[in-house]
Amino acid sequence: MKQNLYNYILGIADNSLILGQRLGELTGHGPSLETDIACTNISLDLFGQVRSYYQYAAKIAGDKRTEDDIAMLRKEREYVNVLLVEQPNRDFAYTMARQFLFDVYHLLFLQELQKSKDLTLSAIANKSIKEVSYHLRFSIDWIKRLGDGTAVSHQKMQDAIDGLWTYTDELFHQTEADKAMVSEEIGVDVTKLKEAYYEKVQAVLKEATLTVPESKWFQKGGKQGVHTEHLGYLLSDLQYMQRTYPNMEW
Amino acid sequence: MSTKNWPLWEVFVRSKNGLEHRHCGSLHAADEEMALENARDVYTRRSEGVSIWVVESKHITASNPENNGEMFEPAHDKVYRHPTFYDLPDEVKHM
Repeated sequence: MKQNLYNYILGIADNSLILGQRLGELTGHGPSLETDIACTNISLDLFGQVRSYYQYAAKIAGDKRTEDDIAMLRKEREYVNVLLVEQPNRDFAYTMARQFLFDVYHLLFLQELQKSKDLTLSAIANKSIKEVSYHLRFSIDWIKRLGDGTAVSHQKMQDAIDGLWTYTDELFHQTEADKAMVSEEIGVDVTKLKEAYYEKVQAVLKEATLTVPESKWFQKGGKQGVHTEHLGYLLSDLQYMQRTYPNMEW
Repeated sequence: MSTKNWPLWEVFVRSKNGLEHRHCGSLHAADEEMALENARDVYTRRSEGVSIWVVESKHITASNPENNGEMFEPAHDKVYRHPTFYDLPDEVKHM
């Protein structure tokens, strides 16, 4: 089995799985019917992408594991998503700030992944770009609306950006699998996305009359499986059915 | 959550094969840009459309159902206003 490629695919897919699950939590609980459906749509887009990645990972693993096993039956330390995407929906400003901080990265990442020598990954990236472009458009819209809205909405969005800022740097950390895949021209060199990322983020924050946080201290660990306390709770929701009724289908 | 409602908008969607935008429902949004995005998410998620119009509901002037008698009934007995008395050439489509 190509271990590096397998790990590399999980590194991409886990981000979308965990973020999709977070957005899915808002189904029926969004601030309005319209934003509720929008968050659910984004969640479903992400799950759709995730399926393609895990199907490919299952094929590479070559044992009896299916896409569902990979998605549902790993333990907390075996998930390698970034810490940003597992942060909870404290309020709608947090949900949109998390989305925005991930979307900017996600689009830059997919635009590069499209050039991958691995044709499956490049095809998934190609298909996902339109969806993610819309996610970014949607989240930027809300950063501006809340940032440049009332005094209360401005404060809530500033708090969300300040609270999540510490998780942004991890997006550009390379794992062993990353380095191996970059050298084979399959993977994206995430360190090269950093400048364009902060440029875009800062431009949007400025337009939204928000202050760019100055903190230079960043959290890390998600890519190595060391997570914040929030992931365990999320996984117990996500995995409940498969753990309680193994191999169930419907 | 604010209890103040956003204004109501009417949504018109043109389907792939349709020639005109059809009214398909309404939604709440703070302004026209949000109305378009919300319409996209609420009414075209099963690829129903290729074009969307939104208009704030307050801009629509509606006839009063109480006046239906004088408004519409006089047309009922005037069959000669229906273009059914001549043949349409096959080349004419979309009539």
